[in-house]
Parts: sequence; C-alpha cells; structure tokens
Amino acid sequence: MKAAVIVFPGSNCDRDLQVALRSAMGAAPKMVWHGDSDMPDVDLIAVPGGFSYGDYLRSGAMAAKSPIMKEVVARAGKGVPVLGICNGFQVLTEAGLLPGALMRNAQLKYICKDVLLKVAANDTAFTQAYDQDQVIRIPIAHHDGNYFADDDTLNELEDDNRVAFRYCDAAGTLSEDANPNGSQRAIAGIFNKNRNVLGMMPHPERLADAKLGGADGKPMFDGLVQALG
Amino acid sequence: MKAKVHVTLKNGVLDPQGKAVQHALGALGFDGVDDVRQGKFIELELTETDTAAAHAHVTDMCEKLLANTVIENYSIEIAEP
Repeated sequence: MKAAVIVFPGSNCDRDLQVALRSAMGAAPKMVWHGDSDMPDVDLIAVPGGFSYGDYLRSGAMAAKSPIMKEVVARAGKGVPVLGICNGFQVLTEAGLLPGALMRNAQLKYICKDVLLKVAANDTAFTQAYDQDQVIRIPIAHHDGNYFADDDTLNELEDDNRVAFRYCDAAGTLSEDANPNGSQRAIAGIFNKNRNVLGMMPHPERLADAKLGGADGKPMFDGLVQALG
Repeated sequence: MKAKVHVTLKNGVLDPQGKAVQHALGALGFDGVDDVRQGKFIELELTETDTAAAHAHVTDMCEKLLANTVIENYSIEIAEP
C-alpha cells in the first residue's frame, strides 16, 4: 500500500499519522504539502488533525480551498480511500466530501481525553479489522467536534449505515454522559455514500502502539493495509 | 464600493456560545434577554462599481467560502460609494 499524508500550515498530527502508517505499511507514506497540486499515485490519502490556518473563519474552511484539496476531491470521486481525522474531518466536510458540519463543543471547552467508541459499521476498509459493535478507547483533542446535520441528513446516514463510530460508555451504551461534545446522535465518525471516505473526530493514530499507552487505533491502519495491499 | 456581510447560524442550529453570552448577561443583571445568537460580520472593499455585479460577486464568495450553508445563513449589504 502507498499512502499520502496532506500537510497544511497548522497541521500538528501529520507526524503521528506518518508514524502509525509507516508502522502498519512497513514503508513511509509521502508527505504532501497543501500548496502542491500534484498528488502522487497512492492507495490512501490521509488528512491529519491540527489547526490548519489557525482555524480562521471556520475550522477546516481555509484548508478545504487549498490547491491540493481539488486533487483530493477528484481522487475520492474515483474511489481512492480518504481518511480525515479531527481537523481532517472538518476539512472534508468543508470540502463537501462528507455531509454536516463540526460545531463548537456543547460545553464550549477544548477537550483532550480518551473516550470510548462503538464501531457502528465494520464493512469498510477502514473498520474491517474491528468487530461490529466493538468498544474501543481512542483519544479526542478538539474544540469543534460537535457533529451537526439536519434531521434528513442524519436519517439518511443511519439508513445507509454510514455512521462509522459513536461515543458510548464501557458497556457500549449511548448516553448523554458518554457524548463528550454534544454531537447529534453521538456521531464520532461517518462515511460518504461510496464508503471510501471516512471522517472522524477521535485520533486512532495517537493510540496505535502499546508503548504509547494503547493500541486500539492500530487495527484501523492494519485493516487498511490488508484491504489495500 | 464596500460590501457588508452578516453570517448567522440557521434557525434550529444550536448556538452554545450565544447561550453562554445570554447567561452572562443575566448574571450581570440584564433582564429580559430572551435569546442571543452570535454570528460574524465581514466587511469587504471591492473594486467593482456596479451594485448588482458586486452583489452577485459577493453572493458567490459567501457560497464558496464566507459562509458554511450547512449551518449558516448570510445577508449582503452593498454600500454605495
């Protein structure tokens, strides 16, 4: 598998993603600067977390208009898997690859902590190495992670089984207490219609190595390598 | 000419910042504030001199960048030079 990690001014999880991908792939992903319009021929495009462009205007809004994103949108349309994590999720919604928007956390606070997620759909390259409904521990670190979409969009996401992860408690139950940011229907990550684009607020790349305190994020990268060769 | 753009959250979109401001106003003794909605005000200095053309141009800017129409409405005011 060949992968590219997009780097914007203000990205700060690009190196973590590089390490997680390199460990799973056995080869380094290509780091692609946002101002480039040439995208190498890759099997996976990863859009990392951070504060691209200082979150000016809206989180992800400026990055979504950068030259490389035109190519990311075009590749996604051709079926190339695209993974957006945290700010990457915000960028993908602003670029129109995923529906809805990430709003200010309901409690208005920046939250950095491990949360529990329920795997809501394990039939994609991103999630196939997890069990359906498996509860995993993954960190979040965001101020704008409150997923919002109108009711029609939310119903469509659920009808199409496009919710990837939901915030839950240790028993896998959804509750207001287990939802850290006020996201509609406890949504932590979603797929596009063709299931080749995943956006998620939690950071699997930050717990992808037991030496760093947990490895629940590792199956995502291993699963991608399995699926994409 | 100058264009003034107001970007506001759509009805039905929760505004936790507006709620916090409302709460703070109440705490300061300002009674009778039923609701607070927070938005953005953007001022643009344009070289365009035709009002209709300027309006169309700024509408395009709002659709493509200045507003996120999933959650926000926008209104445009073109100030005559």
